[in-house]
Amino acid sequence: MAKEQLLSYEDALDKFEVVIGLEVHVELNTKSKMFCGCANVFGSEPNTNVCPICIALPGSLPAVNRKAVESSIAIGLALDCQIAPTGRFARKNYFYPDLAKNFQTSQYDEPIAFEGKIDIELESGEVHTVLIERAHMEEDAGKLTHVGGATGRIQGAEYSLVDYNRAGVPLVEIVTKPIFGAGDKAPELAAAYVRAIREIVKAMDVSDAKMERGNVRCDANVSLRPKGQEKLGTRTETKNVNSLRSVENAVRYEIQRQGYILANGGTITQETRHWHEDRGHTSSGRPKSDADDYRYFPEPDLVPVQPSKEWIEEIRASLPEMPSLRRRRLQEEWGFAELEFRDVVNSDLLDQVEDTVKAGAAPQAARKWWTGELARIANAENLVVQDLSITPLQVAQIQKLIDAGDLTDRMARDVVAGVLAGEGEPAQVIEKRGLKVVKDDGALIEAIDKALASQPDVLEKIREGKVQAAGAVIGAVMQAMRGQVDAARVRELILERASK
Amino acid sequence: MSEITPDTVRHLASLARILVTEDEVETLAKELNVIVDAVATVKKAVSGDIKATSHPIPMANVYREDVVEPSLTQAEALSGAPDSADGRFRVAAILDED
Repeated sequence: MAKEQLLSYEDALDKFEVVIGLEVHVELNTKSKMFCGCANVFGSEPNTNVCPICIALPGSLPAVNRKAVESSIAIGLALDCQIAPTGRFARKNYFYPDLAKNFQTSQYDEPIAFEGKIDIELESGEVHTVLIERAHMEEDAGKLTHVGGATGRIQGAEYSLVDYNRAGVPLVEIVTKPIFGAGDKAPELAAAYVRAIREIVKAMDVSDAKMERGNVRCDANVSLRPKGQEKLGTRTETKNVNSLRSVENAVRYEIQRQGYILANGGTITQETRHWHEDRGHTSSGRPKSDADDYRYFPEPDLVPVQPSKEWIEEIRASLPEMPSLRRRRLQEEWGFAELEFRDVVNSDLLDQVEDTVKAGAAPQAARKWWTGELARIANAENLVVQDLSITPLQVAQIQKLIDAGDLTDRMARDVVAGVLAGEGEPAQVIEKRGLKVVKDDGALIEAIDKALASQPDVLEKIREGKVQAAGAVIGAVMQAMRGQVDAARVRELILERASK
Repeated sequence: MSEITPDTVRHLASLARILVTEDEVETLAKELNVIVDAVATVKKAVSGDIKATSHPIPMANVYREDVVEPSLTQAEALSGAPDSADGRFRVAAILDED
């Protein structure tokens, strides 16, 4: 498909006001599906987590998963929403093989949560309050694989294969109200919002929150209107934006694409668009159906959900500290500089550093291990640092040995390498590799005396007060001790022995 | 009181993925109008103070616990499918979606 023409980002923002709206789907990590007892797991053989309910065999009846309702309420509360005292499910009718029922069980006029808000902080420190319209419960659809097309896409496909393992997995769809006033920061705000939702559901442990697995997915609505105009412009809804970078890029692209059309007197078609991260553009999908076309009606097979006040309050009391508050608290407790802290956050290493500090390491030391040596090793091996086979406790143990003077920095790096190589706990690595700072000065003094005796000219210089001459002996001593001594201690002892 | 036009029928048929001939469009429009009119008659009998009811029995909060139960085997799941391949249901490719 030919790339569409774009207006420069600056010109688009100069002429138009950007309005965005975001729909985020969160897959819950319940053990079983939303309406049946099939396992909710990723990566099983196709069609092995299916039953008469989720493949819609005649006569099957759904039943609502209590835990999924609880998680949905928790998400609503975390987003400062009202929880509906009564809500019901609705059938969203459409004919597409990703759901065998020919409808998706969703919520329409009575969502479980509504009217919320969340503060989103941008890189610059600027805070935007995003208003939440609603959060409702629904089910995920099955996975289609198109066969016969050139690239596995629908265009040119001869047939499609359907795996219903994902059909019926509980979803919460969170819908914002239109977001105004972000200006040139609209793409960044969109990505920051999705990141915040992801962090919250992860912290609450209601979702695995892995975007690469589709646990958190975003549809981005974008419209432009001439500055000063009250009426909203026609919007497009870009689907398939499943990474934070994609969210930002897709919103920016739509601003430029729509900007070009509008600036040249054209009109925007209300439609669904697809984002292609590899090619960096969106392409036209189907014209957006009206809600009328879905012919929503109340699901007759499910009774209303009416959470009691007690249940809601119980869930509220069990909410964990929200990630933004936790960050503020940790930054204060650790006393990191802004950049140091941001480095930890952006590397997603808060948990690791916090656990290392809890295990007894000083915050700065913990930070340096994770964002320094360990990040370097992970990077060199093409891994993410979180996947390295070393625990915060082990890092703290190693740091404690450095602090006690039992390991030099260089030896500590050896211990880390040993732990990563699967040689066991730090103590075992130290034992196996013979990495211990020699504290018994006897052997060290012997080596120093020997070195000094073999370099009488150096000894003479030191005795004359030229202490920098000791450097020439330190190397020889370190070599004799195979590096297992602290260089500062060696120097100290050389000066002491030379004066005798 | 006719609400169902031939265009409405064509639109509904395309949403429902049903192939409808032009002759059928005319017939269906007429038949559907009879049904819509009949429902409209029922509507007249209902006064404004009666709330729409989606469940005749006042019942709420029927849940199942979050427990995994046995699923069908892949062979069982596919046993009723007209066509399958690679452990999956095989269906005609539908364009312009997904």
